[in-house]
Amino acid sequence: MILAFIEHDRGAVSSLTLQMLAAARALSAQTGDPLHAIAGGGGEFQQLERQGVAHLHCFDHESLHEYAPTAWARCISRVIEQHKPSIVLAAATDRGNELMAWTAAITGVPLAVNCIHVRPGEPFQVIRQRYGGSLLEEANLHGSTRMLTTALHVFEPAEVENALPMTVETISAAADEKDRRARVVSREETQSAGVNLHTARVVVGGGRGVGSAEGFRVLEELAGVINGAVGGSRVATNNGWRPHAVQVGLTGNRIAPVLYIACGISGAIQHQVGCKGAKRILVINKDREAPFFRRADHGVIGDLHEILPALTAEIRKRKSAG
Amino acid sequence: MNILVCVKRVPDTGARVEITANGRAIETRNLGFTISPHEECAVEEAAVIAEKLGGSCTVLTVGPKDAEDQLRDCLAKGMDRGVLIETDGNELDPGQTASAIVGFVRAQRAPFDLILFGSESADAANYQIGIHVAYALDLPCVTGVKRMSVQTGSVTAKQETRTGFDVYQAQLPAVLTVKEGLNLPRHPSLKATMGARKKPVERMRAEVGPASLEMVRLSVPAEKGSGAEILGEGKSAVPRIVDLLEELRLI
Repeated sequence: MILAFIEHDRGAVSSLTLQMLAAARALSAQTGDPLHAIAGGGGEFQQLERQGVAHLHCFDHESLHEYAPTAWARCISRVIEQHKPSIVLAAATDRGNELMAWTAAITGVPLAVNCIHVRPGEPFQVIRQRYGGSLLEEANLHGSTRMLTTALHVFEPAEVENALPMTVETISAAADEKDRRARVVSREETQSAGVNLHTARVVVGGGRGVGSAEGFRVLEELAGVINGAVGGSRVATNNGWRPHAVQVGLTGNRIAPVLYIACGISGAIQHQVGCKGAKRILVINKDREAPFFRRADHGVIGDLHEILPALTAEIRKRKSAG
Repeated sequence: MNILVCVKRVPDTGARVEITANGRAIETRNLGFTISPHEECAVEEAAVIAEKLGGSCTVLTVGPKDAEDQLRDCLAKGMDRGVLIETDGNELDPGQTASAIVGFVRAQRAPFDLILFGSESADAANYQIGIHVAYALDLPCVTGVKRMSVQTGSVTAKQETRTGFDVYQAQLPAVLTVKEGLNLPRHPSLKATMGARKKPVERMRAEVGPASLEMVRLSVPAEKGSGAEILGEGKSAVPRIVDLLEELRLI
């Protein structure tokens, strides 16, 4: 069998997990191994039937309600030890990577994270992302069970036609207290309502060329008139011009707006991998040799401190005229 | 507090990477080296904790002989002692790296209260060495930490979510993997850099078994498109930018 870990909110399966399930289904078809799923916490999982899942293992003991990575991984490990799946996979979210790493440690099964391609057989080959996807690694995965996580936004989610009924098995075992030594004890909501880097349709990003914390005012004003969010490159957050929480890049946020307007950013790999999910990229930079121009869709050569105020004024003018 | 920080020597890449002729490594002739950004924050956090609560910080790397440069950088940033577990220059897989670290930790007479890692390395990004080490040493572990505070015998650690934070609590000793944004790492003074040369660096050989994740080759993915369509220069480009915003229905 093939075992897929499901991330969900009270049964509503996350879109990133649906992407992973597309890869899992393809592997199931290639190998002839039935697709099983495993989920922690309760919910209605009928949606998984249309994802081609034949059997769901569900662990839902009270002691597992607070997320504790080791305890959750122990549940997954028991299913692996009992059923000896050929492949175990999850989406390469922070949580997916974390749980698969714990499960790999407990079971001694090797793990390859951020895979974009899987070729079952001998040798069992994967292609995985390095440097946020700016480099690819072809690797062989050894062992009789292989674990992997699928890179985000690579596989297209879909539903199966003529889905067969899914059977559900509840695992009622309690967590070992020792496995709950590190667990979520509370949640803090800090994001106010309104647009943020992940919900905005347009993001205005600033880098070295902005020059200072005050320099970001022209970006904020532009964002204000187009209902956008403001992000910063690693240079901007490391200089303290913007908080790290709004960094766009390998060590910050991966964003996917309709348009990303990159101002005064040269386009290091660190930054490019954070915004490559954008449908379009517009680069504004006074250095016409900036590498970002090669990767962008649109470019304007010039000083952001002149261009942005003029752009904001023009948008205001068209809006009041329109 | 006795703190261990584990770091990795990685190429300091710019806007593009090139692969060596054998396809198994990044061409580094024109590149400098650094440690992963997340790890810079782990080093800074350890230094701050030791300054506040007293104690000693050890920085460890598993890597080639030249990784001593990165250990010296860390020693200039407040670490007290360096440990280089030397490889033959080929990258180890996550299981091999973890077992080398576990071997070192078990051999210490004074146990570590806190073991810090970066969330993932900048290059290979395997996301799993801290967890393997925690499991082998039977310690609790919190990953992807962006806020932390150490109290007597315990640690509160926060993971950033889309809307705020998940708050974890764990007893010490514990393993934490941290993310950039945890703090702003210091730039060492000249005096600290000079002083780092006198701090001790222990060297040992990595004794490892076979790899279970075996790298075959690296490649650079095909670039999309052929470069940006230039809308204009300076303020004269503004009308065309507004047209673009309208085309995308953003205004």
